Amino acid sequence: MGRFIARRLMQLVPTLFGLSILLFIWPRQLPGGPETALLGDRGTPEQLVLIRQSLGLDEPLIVQYGKFLERLARFDLGTSISTRRPVLTEFADRFPATVELTVTAMIIAIGLGIPLGYLAARHRGSILDQLSVGWSLLGVCVPIFFLGYVLKAVGAENLGWFPSTGRQDPTIDATHVTGFYVLDGLLTQEWDASLDALWHLVLPGLTLASIPLAAIVRITRASVIEVLGTEHVRTAEAKGLTDAVLRRRHVLRNAMLPVSTTIGLMTGTLLSGAVLTETVFAFAGIGAFLAQAISELDYPVLMGFILFIALIYVLVNLVVDVSYGLIDPRIRVR
Amino acid sequence: MSVLTRKADRIDRLADQHGLSLWQEALRRLRRSPPAIIGAVIVVLFVVIALVGPLLVPHDPLSQAWRGEISEARGAFPGPRAENWLGVDHLGRDEFSRLIVGARQTLIVGVVSTLLGLAVGVLIGGIAGAAAGLGGRAGRFLDSFIMRIIDMLLAVPSLLLAVSVAAVLGQSLATVMIAIGLVSVPIFARLLRGAMLAQAESEYVTAAVALGVPQWKIAWSHLLPNSVGPVIVQATLTLATAIIEAAALSFLGLGNADAAIPEWGVMLADAQRYLSVRPEWAIYPSVGIIVIALGFTLLGESMREALDPKLRR
Repeated sequence: MGRFIARRLMQLVPTLFGLSILLFIWPRQLPGGPETALLGDRGTPEQLVLIRQSLGLDEPLIVQYGKFLERLARFDLGTSISTRRPVLTEFADRFPATVELTVTAMIIAIGLGIPLGYLAARHRGSILDQLSVGWSLLGVCVPIFFLGYVLKAVGAENLGWFPSTGRQDPTIDATHVTGFYVLDGLLTQEWDASLDALWHLVLPGLTLASIPLAAIVRITRASVIEVLGTEHVRTAEAKGLTDAVLRRRHVLRNAMLPVSTTIGLMTGTLLSGAVLTETVFAFAGIGAFLAQAISELDYPVLMGFILFIALIYVLVNLVVDVSYGLIDPRIRVR
Repeated sequence: MSVLTRKADRIDRLADQHGLSLWQEALRRLRRSPPAIIGAVIVVLFVVIALVGPLLVPHDPLSQAWRGEISEARGAFPGPRAENWLGVDHLGRDEFSRLIVGARQTLIVGVVSTLLGLAVGVLIGGIAGAAAGLGGRAGRFLDSFIMRIIDMLLAVPSLLLAVSVAAVLGQSLATVMIAIGLVSVPIFARLLRGAMLAQAESEYVTAAVALGVPQWKIAWSHLLPNSVGPVIVQATLTLATAIIEAAALSFLGLGNADAAIPEWGVMLADAQRYLSVRPEWAIYPSVGIIVIALGFTLLGESMREALDPKLRR
């Protein structure tokens, strides 16, 4: 197992290396280059020369790239143009919010998706099956920000069950230790703060869960149908195993492989979706920050964000690959 | 030599026949499937509206003829009436006419960006697949080099890739289409390469190699035609995501900057400021996007099922 993980980690190196080259070239392709991006339209020619020197743009490309890599290795992503703070600090402040949101969405999607997909496969043609198939088609067709507005209008404004924006009620005097508001409340035993943060997560979480939910229901259903048709399941049924044992030991475990692949691939969708969801619900995570950076053309933030997200995406998929080995021991050997 | 070429011709013809019957059978299955028919009806209706609609709209979608009747401060905007079937928008333009003309723009963005992604993706995936399947050691090296780059593109979430392209190229309709097209390149490339690799294993390809058919010809007339099925299905599904992604880009303010061209994504973005007063301005284009995306999805999924050899017969 250790060797398997080590080999997968080694495979990361060329991917990350290529990505670093892309990110190195990218700001050079911007209209006017990074110096104009930093200065905006207000820069005088003298300022441009100064900033070129301070950015090291007068040095040979290979030296520049070396320095770029060195900065990356130190996680120095530069300074945000709009807030004048280091990009990494900005991310660190906002990242917990995004993690809370995406994890909530993933819990909703997995928690609903796998049972729904399983039941739909077990009772093919039933109303439940048709509803799940219907949702799995419709779910990917509804623009996520539109769904967000609808949920907000219904759940927050019409029914008033849930808060419409933010991460926590500002009137609650909560102590923040980790930045994960739900966790903070548990750590400091401020249960009301934790509950309130959780309450704020419901609508954005449901919004963001819509697409992964559709995908997970679909894949689970298809995969379970396939496994149900295999001979080992028929044998297991014939020897009189109870439904629960059959489900756990013979069907779900075999059906989980494609599902876990989908879950890994959904990370990208989730992080993209977080940009839209956080904007709709004024949820102060890195997604909303990115939306703001786009409108202000804050390139260091955009660049740092892409690197950051790509890294997360690659790491999550690494975890998924490793989990294959846990689900199916045969893969570990190869 | 002549015997060999004649044999190669015959094999070609056999391969053609097989391909045809697969598609014919798929078509027969499609005609019997209600979701496929619903999807096709939606798509055809949408295409007709996009083609003919702009010629028939009651008003010029750009004319601000009813500007005098709106008052933003009081939130007073003329609602649906005989003259303006769906009321007027925040600049006093006829909402219904804009919606119809917008359908054409939305379709153009979706189709062009999908074709762009399809063309580049098929080229890259085709080269990689042919190289890996037929090219021996050097081919496998070329393939793994190409696929590493493709994997890198896949590692950046689609919307962010589109955002970074749009941020570099500036705001325009072309940017939106390039950005969204680029996002689907790795998907098409991977799909085609995988299908071609599977075909390269099959016996008729071994036969063609043994007969001395040139590699490019095997790739072009055997591997490619037998591998495009899943790619075409994916293209249909990509049309749906392309339209949704274009709307998302507009939502983030990276959409088409040209206000003269009504487009659903832009209309949606404009409607955000008036959500509390006129939610229907957001609802009309959204429903349009959902319906057309559903149409393409239903059609694509039914095609996938119809073409799946596991489900045939």
